[in-house]
Amino acid sequence: MAPTARPTVAQPLSPHLQIYRWTWTMAMSVFHRITGTALYGGSALVAIWLVALASGPGAYAWVAWFFGSWIGILVLFAYTWVLMHHMLGGLRHFVWDFGVGLERGERLWLSRGTLIGSVALTVVIWALALTLR
Amino acid sequence: MAQFTLPKNSQLREGKSWPAPAGAKTLTEFRVYRWNPDDGANPRIDTYQVDRDDCGPMVLDALLWIKNKVDSTLVFRRSCREGICGSCAMNIEGQNSLACTMGIDACKEHAAGKKSAAVRIYPLPHMPVLKDLVPDLTNFFAQHAAIEPWLQTETPAPEAEWKQTPEDRARLDGLYECILCACCTTSCPSYWWNGDRFLGPAALLQAYRWLIDSRDENTGERLDGLHDPFRLYRCHTIMNCANTCPKNLNPAKAIAEIKKMMIAREV
Repeated sequence: MAPTARPTVAQPLSPHLQIYRWTWTMAMSVFHRITGTALYGGSALVAIWLVALASGPGAYAWVAWFFGSWIGILVLFAYTWVLMHHMLGGLRHFVWDFGVGLERGERLWLSRGTLIGSVALTVVIWALALTLR
Repeated sequence: MAQFTLPKNSQLREGKSWPAPAGAKTLTEFRVYRWNPDDGANPRIDTYQVDRDDCGPMVLDALLWIKNKVDSTLVFRRSCREGICGSCAMNIEGQNSLACTMGIDACKEHAAGKKSAAVRIYPLPHMPVLKDLVPDLTNFFAQHAAIEPWLQTETPAPEAEWKQTPEDRARLDGLYECILCACCTTSCPSYWWNGDRFLGPAALLQAYRWLIDSRDENTGERLDGLHDPFRLYRCHTIMNCANTCPKNLNPAKAIAEIKKMMIAREV
């Protein structure tokens, strides 16, 4: 193949994220990355809770108060959704690793299912937690 | 780290708005990416009004109509006009496709599920641009060459052809139809960020086509060549490749099958 003629000035890079139409599979892949990163913060919450538990009643009371406050509940609610979304996303990838669920309709609904399922699971978990408290 | 924004010299500017032809009744607006290596300016978006009563139904018809009747400086690749050469691959209404097989009305309708006023056309995404809608595909074809897309055998060649059962031949269906238009590879965010080391969906689909060919005797070495954190494993099943393929092939599935072959030979 003949070498491509070089232009006289630096070639621009064609637009990509700016113009590409979002697909469900693409969006859920991005969500999987974001939730995976956010889980570091979630693990820190668990660690704070455990450290407070080991440190004695004073420290625990403070953490329990924070987690029980409206902002604490909001953070825990978000953490629950992040955890559920990343878990279902992981299961989706697990299914795909077997080479199944890759056809057009299947991959669309596995992706949509991740979002719908994570919201549903989060609501169920919190409904149970609040009623059984 | 991936750069999500465009470099300074690649950022888009509003370009020229060409007037509608006199007396045209049915108009469709086309917003087309332009870049000229000779003027050193940033890429711009030119707006054209296409007379649909004077123009065929496909996006390629509209581009040819613009080139013939409005602006002869518009540059794009095209050849077969029937979806088999892969030359006119470009980003149409946010999705990569062949201009010759994408209907003007069809692409307007399935853009974000609603009708859009204009048809927006860009070169294949995240590629160096040579001029207007023509991307530099040097790296893309080098990656295809890297998977050695030809029959490799150890046994002496038979007197006639290498034979294959109909069943073994059928395993190549959904793979051999690839026309190397680069729609899939340039739709892949993983390829956008790591195109220098990740082979991309098109080259990997071709790799799988030779891996499962019953006549090929170099399967082990082929897999060795792909066993790399980037070449194969940068595929994160984002699946834009399968969503966008104008031939309705499934590179994501081919890649999943290669990953399975990698595991199968280790257990």
